[in-house]
Amino acid sequence: MARVLCAMSGGVDSSVAAALLRDEGHEVTGVTMKLWGGDSDTGCCSVSDVDDARRVADQLGIEHHVFNFGEDFEKWVVGPYVADHQAGRTPNPCIECNRHIKFDRLLERAEVLEFDYVATGHHAKVVRADDGTLLLGRGYDYAKDQSYVLHMLDQIQLAKLLLPIGSMTKDRVRELAAGYGMRTASKPDSQDVCFITSVQGRGKFLEERINLTPGRIVDTDGSQVGQVEGVQLVTIGQRKGLDVGGHATPRYVVDIDVPTSTITLGTKNDLLTNVTALTNAEWSAGAVSGNVLVQTNAHGDTATAVLGADSITWDKPHRKIAAGQSLVFYRQDPEHGELVVGGATATKR
Amino acid sequence: MQNPGEPKPVAYLDNAATTPVRQVAIDAMVPMMSNCFANPSGAHRMAREARRALDDARDVLAPGLGCEPGDIVFTAGGTEADNLAIIGAHQRHGGIVVCPAAEHHAVLHAVEHCGGTVVATDNQGRVDLAALAEVLTPEVTLVSVMLANNESGVVQSLDPVADLIAEQAPNALLHTDAVQAFPWIDVATAAARADMISISAHKFGGPKGVGALVVREGVDIAPQLIGGGQERDRRSGTQNVPGIVAMAAAAQEMLATRDETVARIAAQRDRLVDGLVEAVDGMIETAVVNGDRSQKVAGSCHVCVEGVESEALLVLLERENIFGSAASSCSSGAQDPSHVLAAMGIERSMAGGSLRLSLGFATTDAEIEHALAVVPAVFDRLKMFG
Repeated sequence: MARVLCAMSGGVDSSVAAALLRDEGHEVTGVTMKLWGGDSDTGCCSVSDVDDARRVADQLGIEHHVFNFGEDFEKWVVGPYVADHQAGRTPNPCIECNRHIKFDRLLERAEVLEFDYVATGHHAKVVRADDGTLLLGRGYDYAKDQSYVLHMLDQIQLAKLLLPIGSMTKDRVRELAAGYGMRTASKPDSQDVCFITSVQGRGKFLEERINLTPGRIVDTDGSQVGQVEGVQLVTIGQRKGLDVGGHATPRYVVDIDVPTSTITLGTKNDLLTNVTALTNAEWSAGAVSGNVLVQTNAHGDTATAVLGADSITWDKPHRKIAAGQSLVFYRQDPEHGELVVGGATATKR
Repeated sequence: MQNPGEPKPVAYLDNAATTPVRQVAIDAMVPMMSNCFANPSGAHRMAREARRALDDARDVLAPGLGCEPGDIVFTAGGTEADNLAIIGAHQRHGGIVVCPAAEHHAVLHAVEHCGGTVVATDNQGRVDLAALAEVLTPEVTLVSVMLANNESGVVQSLDPVADLIAEQAPNALLHTDAVQAFPWIDVATAAARADMISISAHKFGGPKGVGALVVREGVDIAPQLIGGGQERDRRSGTQNVPGIVAMAAAAQEMLATRDETVARIAAQRDRLVDGLVEAVDGMIETAVVNGDRSQKVAGSCHVCVEGVESEALLVLLERENIFGSAASSCSSGAQDPSHVLAAMGIERSMAGGSLRLSLGFATTDAEIEHALAVVPAVFDRLKMFG
């Protein structure tokens, strides 16, 4: 039996995680983090989500606290999100939230409060290799796998982490929640960035916070074909919303150059690259090089590549990755499936 | 040492949030739900009995508030009383409403809602009179200044405020939120120059959800609840008779014992603060200069330690059955950074480690002992991680 602090967002996954830990005999305390004070579709910050988490905790007979990490969230997640966009990068705020809030601030708070472990409702697994090394594995439900957004966890963090629902399907989680009679059993999955509402959208959110730079849209031969209000709102691979018609084949954004405010359009082929430059590499258990599986977004397929010191070389030409996006490296393990070995951020060189 | 099997001692030190309900209040309340349950607006004898209970309650409260019984408008608590005073005055008279930055949110947000002016405070959270003087003009229709602050416990005199209003803002009403002051100080005297006074029952041993606004004869405000015209057209809706009767019973006992309570609790409070400050390195008593606590209400102990996090502190204290608070709690239950400490100019790193242990009429010596035995060790643990 251990003392476990279970992060409860008010969603079904973390509700069931808390219940399973309690049923295993652990002394479980639920905590909901208040992160964002502004508008939100659901995310994990609205009062109604806190209410759901609290009521599930009441039902389970466990203590529940609300921690206000709003200032940290602004400093480590929202601020950098805006600054990255200002600089023409496409960040992943969920990764930064995990890195700085859940597995830094919350973990630290758990230690102060003498908890042995922090648990979350993520779909991922902590597995122990034969040599004792801890590695993060994909959730049993590959379609719901969240190992991508947890790739930054190191040995110390993994040793403190419990992921009770990582070994079951989402359907099974909902089935268990219904069995417990939980109010969250059929609550929809949270989508996208919690601090941006579907009504307002990313564009409006950013327009209020950054100085947009107007830019030129050019073709791969350098001729100007249009203009945009804000180069910072354009993403690599974007096809729509640029108001440039008259081409027989679909045109994609194949390059964004913020210093010269230039967006380059090209064909699907121009969007492909053999090499992606990397920065800020971090490793689960020591640096890795050579052949890896690479995942380039939260719910994407993997591609094979060779990992070098500051870049990866794709085995087959790969769609360009927006600067600021995370690349997560996996290796195939015969016993545990795909395991995270590390990650890095795509950069422009 | 505690014997095994003996229940863990408890220290409820959050009386500024709410107090336990006095037995006299419970005893007064129950018959208003069983026998005397009629609607006081009715025409029959049963209704008249309920009506009489309401009017008796007004008679009990009036001397304690220094007003006429007819000045009392019963509300659903302090927030409604504050809102009625501020929004009601602004709706009726327009112009500019003004309050200092350390007011309770029920005042501060109401003033902001009316597009009013928020003025600075001094480093003890009292209105900065020079700043107030700068904004007082004949266009100002209301000034709201609290008697005692809910976080720091600091009391401020309304006299200089009333003097300034008389000189510079002859059209302004003076409202005071006396919610925290009423259990501890003679509001009848302290708020004698106020046109409107807010109180809340659950701060002095009454039930939650009931309070009152004193609206002196001749003061005209727009009602915020419109309907059957109860409370002389100032607050419609069938009165909460059990709550009002219980509030009056609580007030009666509180007023009869206030001097004795203040002396007893102030001594307990002094022992608590002195003991904590001595035991915890770097602990600073908020809003107190040279140990002079004469400007604070008797039940208030407020301290800060730099580099400690109040949220963690409260969890650790709760495990030892010590129930206190830090800043104001937001609607989700999270602790928000204190606007009161910010108004006082206290650094965020210091304010982040604030602790309010508020005593009340029911606080016992054993509770103070328990707090003194446990709180320093908890601070030490947190400083290890700080």
